[in-house]
Amino acid sequence: MRKLALSDEILLKIDKPARYIGGEVNSVMKDNEDVDIRFCMCFPDVYEIGMSHLGIQILYDMLNRLEGVWCERVYSPWMDLDPIMRKERIPLFALESQEPIKSFDFIGITLQYEMCYTNILQVLDLGQIPLHASERSEEDPIIIGGGPCSYNPEPIAEFFDLFYIGEGEKQYENLLKLYRKCRSEGASRSEFLKQAGCLPGIYCPQFYEVTYKEDGTIGDFVPTVPGMPQTILKEIEMDVTNTYYPKKPVVPFIKVTQDRVVLEIQRGCIRGCRFCQAGQLYRPVRERDVEMLKEYAVDMLKNTGHEEISLSSLSSSDYSHLPELIDFLIDECNKKKINISLPSLRIDAFSLDVMSKVQDVRKSSLTFAPEAGTQRLRNVINKGLTEEVILNGAREAFRGGWSRVKLYFMLGLPTETEQDMRGIAELSNEIAKVYYDTVPKEERKGKVQIVTSTSFFIPKPFTPFQWARMCTKEEFIEKAYVVKSAILEQLNQKSIKYNWHEADVSVLEGVLARGDRRVAGVIERAYRKGCMFDSWSEYFHNDRWLDSFAECGVDIDFYTTRERGLDEVFPWDFIDCGVTKDFLKREWKNAHEESVTPNCKMNCQGCGAARFGGGICFEKRDG
Amino acid sequence: MKVRIKFAKCGAMVFIGHLDMMRYFQKAMRRAGIDISYSQGFNPHQIMSFAAPLGVGLCSNGEYMDIQVESATTSEQMRQALNAVMVEGVEVLSVKRLPDDAQNAMASVAAAGYTVRFREGHEPPFDVREAFEAFREKQQILITKKTKKGEKELDIAPSIYEMRLTDDGIYLLVDASSAGNIKPGLVIQALYEQNQTQLGEFDLLITREDTYVAREEDGKVVYLPLDAIGEDI
Repeated sequence: MRKLALSDEILLKIDKPARYIGGEVNSVMKDNEDVDIRFCMCFPDVYEIGMSHLGIQILYDMLNRLEGVWCERVYSPWMDLDPIMRKERIPLFALESQEPIKSFDFIGITLQYEMCYTNILQVLDLGQIPLHASERSEEDPIIIGGGPCSYNPEPIAEFFDLFYIGEGEKQYENLLKLYRKCRSEGASRSEFLKQAGCLPGIYCPQFYEVTYKEDGTIGDFVPTVPGMPQTILKEIEMDVTNTYYPKKPVVPFIKVTQDRVVLEIQRGCIRGCRFCQAGQLYRPVRERDVEMLKEYAVDMLKNTGHEEISLSSLSSSDYSHLPELIDFLIDECNKKKINISLPSLRIDAFSLDVMSKVQDVRKSSLTFAPEAGTQRLRNVINKGLTEEVILNGAREAFRGGWSRVKLYFMLGLPTETEQDMRGIAELSNEIAKVYYDTVPKEERKGKVQIVTSTSFFIPKPFTPFQWARMCTKEEFIEKAYVVKSAILEQLNQKSIKYNWHEADVSVLEGVLARGDRRVAGVIERAYRKGCMFDSWSEYFHNDRWLDSFAECGVDIDFYTTRERGLDEVFPWDFIDCGVTKDFLKREWKNAHEESVTPNCKMNCQGCGAARFGGGICFEKRDG
Repeated sequence: MKVRIKFAKCGAMVFIGHLDMMRYFQKAMRRAGIDISYSQGFNPHQIMSFAAPLGVGLCSNGEYMDIQVESATTSEQMRQALNAVMVEGVEVLSVKRLPDDAQNAMASVAAAGYTVRFREGHEPPFDVREAFEAFREKQQILITKKTKKGEKELDIAPSIYEMRLTDDGIYLLVDASSAGNIKPGLVIQALYEQNQTQLGEFDLLITREDTYVAREEDGKVVYLPLDAIGEDI
């Protein structure tokens, strides 16, 4: 029987002890005798969030298939356990073996959002591992980061030994082989890192030096060791059908955010919305074979016992075989009493039909993401959703019995005017009006419910908006008030509920997303002041962050409100995600001209990602 | 067909609460391919009910749940199919068919047997053997129970059906019916109080040994394990 790292006394005192005991269905135990590389995958947030992440499940399965490698998991101890571990000096441990992570060879940390950066430090600190790569000794594990935020790793570069840029399926095996080779040759940590930094997709920040110009922008970014590449090209799995995908994902004991089988149907997105980072990073679009998906759906349901399955991808409606896949799933799941949780689909006759088959129409709601309030601004952001399409979709849905609508918008987009903000209120009102025009009085069950939500726009690296200025907190709040008061002026205002995001978290996210190496000190200082779980509003302490910026002499506005020149060197320019900077510049110009760029299925835009020799746009050109 | 399943729970699984154990078994039924019945309606759920919720931190060698199935193989095959998909710390001990008119598991629970051991380093400061003999003789065991309205004095002696020392602990057979359930810790707390000592929150290691129904035989009440009324398929 496994011995647990935490005593019964601690486990009985804290909330949800199941977060820390491991042993879940399909978790992997190996005999230490057969293992020479210990790898621990970390999601730096609480268990329920981390366990809902598909990427770790894929890599966990892949690494555990390798002979001699044992991959385990670790998540951030929640705020009740954290102080106990500090006080009692209990080293953070991996769930499977319950052994301290400091004794591992690798710790892989997935970087899914910027607001988890302080939790990286929490994990290292509780793990009793030095926070800075420069302080780590031969005995310490290699800390490697990956995931979307590693496309601008600079703000957290000093905490990592390596970053893996791109999709994990490709290089881990080579990296581990290299590690084994170096160890057998008695090579030092530094020697291993030097060789690792030359592998495709691997970035070793300690072997690069940044110089800054007088105005604070980057002058030079150069390798300090011969052989280190000047640019790092992302790794990409072009054959997403014949690759790793877990047939036996780990099934948690406690209810987690994503408590279901997740089937990733494709990678990438044809749409090219100009604010969207994922839409650029994961180009080109690659679809999984529908037969493979059917097989995996059946096997994964059988192996997990989950009562629900969901499809995952960006813009799922664009998947070519969606009707076939959904028909198959409906048939299969009806037999086995399994629910299908649909991804957000474009609202049209097909999706309404599917939705009415798999969910209770009265209880479910429709989701539209127009992102901007006017057609002009939707053209700026290249969101090809017209008012006509939205209203027609809503009309069809209301006829089909729906009476709840969710609308998502962004505030603070480039070129936004007051008319655009008011447009959010007006569009919400129009949808309500469609309901009252479409559904006769006697058939209505109360009011239509429209929930309009706005988030604040954050310019992200590798998007056409990476040059854009970001609003201040005050500007954001003012914009939200404009929308709020415009909604109150609408005829159907009683049917509209308006929610908006916290502005100070958005500003901080903006700094962390586009920051450079000088931001690292601020993150560490904020952590020392007790900042952790910054994405949890109850634990977000803006004052501590503001103090940290002030004490480090780092100016928030430099990273957020400053409009950037086209020739500025960005901290992330050394990374090549496939999409060229010239393409992004073109799109930035198109945005200002309010010009729409057609999607990848209609026409190739020459973004650069076709160089990977595949994907929907490439195959189309080819044939 | 109504089926009663007996299982044991120990090790790290003692930290999994009652509701999560239900979720665990719902998924296990699917993994094991048990042909379980579902309720009607838009959100069908498995027809499954547990006998007596086990507190977090307790081991058990005798937990029960009733399920309804559309079809069954044999008791042994179903037990093996379930055990093939269990995690370490949960073991299915028996699978039995219930008479159609059987009371459901929860309603039929009358008593539960527990072994109480003292956690290492948390042994009582008094001589347990001596104290226990005196304790056993008592006709009345008064404890104060906290209720919503404040504190209430309660005599638990009638709810203790059996009490004896074993090699490494104390065995208790107590009322576990929904009306008069007694936690074994309460009995030990009374023992401590009799010895002018306070029981600490983590002093005890408790194992539920089995869960029982009450039967009258020859004018005497006997306690039978919950699966004694079922038969092999």
